[in-house]
Amino acid sequence: MAVSPAAAADTDRAGTGDQRPRSRRSGRRRTALAFWAFTGPFLAGLAVFTVVPVAWSAYLSFFDATNTVTPLSEDFVGFGNYTRMLQDQAFLDSLVTFSVFAAFIVPLTFACSLGLALLLDRVRFARAFFRSVFFLPFACSYVVASLVWKMSIFNGVRYGLANAVLDLFGVDDVAWLFNPDPPWYWLVIVSLRLWIQCGFYMILFIAALQQIPAHLYEAAYVDGAKPGRQTFWHITLPQLRATSVAVVMLILIAAYQAFDEFVNLIGNQAYARPPLVYLYYTALGTQQDLGRGSAGALILALIIAIVTLLQGRLLGFGNKEGR
Amino acid sequence: MVAFRNDHPFKQALAGPALNRRRMLALGGLAAGAGVLGACGSNTGRGSGDGVQLSQWYHQYGEQGTQQAAEKYAAAYEDATVTINWIPGDYDTALSSGLLAEKEGDYPDVFEGHLNRAMVESGQVVPLDDILADVLDDYTPDDLARNTIDGKVYGVRMIDDPQFLYYRPSLLDGAGVTPPTTFEELMAAAADLTTDDVKGLFLGNDDSATKLFQPIVFSAGQTLLTEDNQIGFDKDTVIAGALQVKALHDSSSLLIGAPTEAWDPSSIIQELCAIQWCGLWALPQIIEAHGDDIAVIPFPAFGTGTPTVFNGGWDTFVNAKSAKVDEAKAFVKWLWVDHEEFILDWNLSYGFHIPPRLSMRGEADQLAEGPAAEAVRISEEFGWAENPNWTPTMELAVDDMMTNIVLEGNDPSAEFDTAAATIQTELDAIFG
Repeated sequence: MAVSPAAAADTDRAGTGDQRPRSRRSGRRRTALAFWAFTGPFLAGLAVFTVVPVAWSAYLSFFDATNTVTPLSEDFVGFGNYTRMLQDQAFLDSLVTFSVFAAFIVPLTFACSLGLALLLDRVRFARAFFRSVFFLPFACSYVVASLVWKMSIFNGVRYGLANAVLDLFGVDDVAWLFNPDPPWYWLVIVSLRLWIQCGFYMILFIAALQQIPAHLYEAAYVDGAKPGRQTFWHITLPQLRATSVAVVMLILIAAYQAFDEFVNLIGNQAYARPPLVYLYYTALGTQQDLGRGSAGALILALIIAIVTLLQGRLLGFGNKEGR
Repeated sequence: MVAFRNDHPFKQALAGPALNRRRMLALGGLAAGAGVLGACGSNTGRGSGDGVQLSQWYHQYGEQGTQQAAEKYAAAYEDATVTINWIPGDYDTALSSGLLAEKEGDYPDVFEGHLNRAMVESGQVVPLDDILADVLDDYTPDDLARNTIDGKVYGVRMIDDPQFLYYRPSLLDGAGVTPPTTFEELMAAAADLTTDDVKGLFLGNDDSATKLFQPIVFSAGQTLLTEDNQIGFDKDTVIAGALQVKALHDSSSLLIGAPTEAWDPSSIIQELCAIQWCGLWALPQIIEAHGDDIAVIPFPAFGTGTPTVFNGGWDTFVNAKSAKVDEAKAFVKWLWVDHEEFILDWNLSYGFHIPPRLSMRGEADQLAEGPAAEAVRISEEFGWAENPNWTPTMELAVDDMMTNIVLEGNDPSAEFDTAAATIQTELDAIFG
């Protein structure tokens, strides 16, 4: 996407500048052909599966499109769907739910994956084994993990793993998912997501840790720094800046897309319903209100775009390491 | 209407496997292969039928033998080749997208489901008055009303599924408890029956609060929507009931977070609870586990009202987009209106259901005595039915209200006003 055909042809021209015009043109054509051959399938997929649906969704959002994706012109409602969604307490609550979720999951995932990476960086034996062990959960689907979490670890009966452990200490059974007071369901949701995604970000951090030149540490020791907290705060963390910024962004985007574990663990409950789950039930399921669903999706997309841009600006995403 | 169906989409995908572990492994493959399989079809129709092809959709029934039975009926039909599409998991969503499809074979010609006004307004279903004309008197008024919009009948009732409370008489006797008739007695009984290993009462995992909204309303003799489509329940009744439900949830006598949902009888079968909300369909399984030690009662009365029983069930519709509406209607009439043997087989040979046809109820020997007979009696005496004008958006509004009052402890008055405003907006959009 970053290289336009013209730009590609320009660089090509530089290399073939001494050739005659005729073959230069055919060379340019060949480059353009290669460009489209490589990017074409991707662009076609992007158009068919992203651009067209988004445009169609924008179109639907101005209609009373219940049970149809081709509403009639008399069903035009202007911004009616947008005002209804913005006044819809359930939709606003879902945005709050998401914010709470992000507030938990972003720092926790960051800390856990960095912690794991630092520990594994120190391990002197069976490194490949430990890395694989922590990375493996990433290969597990959220749906399967939700089944395990919901049915064997955190079910509300006496033989659930968590309740069986609590029972050893004489604590009464806890209904983990379906009693929001106290909100234990966050423990279930957050632990599941941590289990799945920490390994992946850990690998990113390990790669970044190995890029830090050893002489920085050696120089620090010569100057009297102690290994541990001092070198971590003043050498390791600053050196990881570019990776950290990217990881925070990736975690946040992944959190925006949270759907599988919520819908499989809890379903459509007012207290734990992120925006995607709410929109799923509005636009699909039995409601089939594709107009309101589309309006909500576009509002959400706008919020995500704004937050991501702000975050990129604040954290300096894309800046070079060490700046 | 998430709270009251026995086909909870995601919960079925999750809880179904608990019954049958082999199915759990197959589930992912099934879901992935559903499209492919659907295209190939489990074509068992052997009728000649001059090459007429019909596609009939069912949600996945949990009882053994149901899919084979549906295929048997289809094969016996001679005027068309009927392909059964048996849909596991999220049936509502699969059906919704199926009804949007334009291409023959992608959509169902005949499907089971539940009527709501949006299906009629967007032209998804055709009226079936002509094929029902001779037998209208043979259905209960509730079964007709739930399939009627603006005077036209769109659905043919297939099965009636009353939902009520099952209890174990031996456990009640042991605790010196009599079967509760009021909500206060139910709370007291649930508390007395709760031990270290067994909880007193199981109403459901994620719908234990939401599903009691309708019992509160109907117990007081009120309705969801009045005849002229206004809100049919009052604030004081709903708040008083919701606060009682909250008291029940705040006690520790409720089973919450069971491996299966309440439409599945596993919790009472595995002795996780003494009393469970479930439906008539599960009775054969429960009797197999507990023999004589099972009995049924309607859901106890709120305040000074009456007990209630939710009469759920399924209806069959003809897709208005079908290229063969007439042939589809003929098939529906043949199977679900005229074919007494198959109607009775579907209602009684697998799980138990009440045959919706009043004239056939006398032949339902399986429902003639014991808890089954009592279930039929309380269903007829205390039963209430859905209203097709009550939309999923309205249901979600009261579900959220119940969740927020009962589980979150929010201000009941404000929650009621929010829900009522949402319902009124919806009513204005539809009827205004």
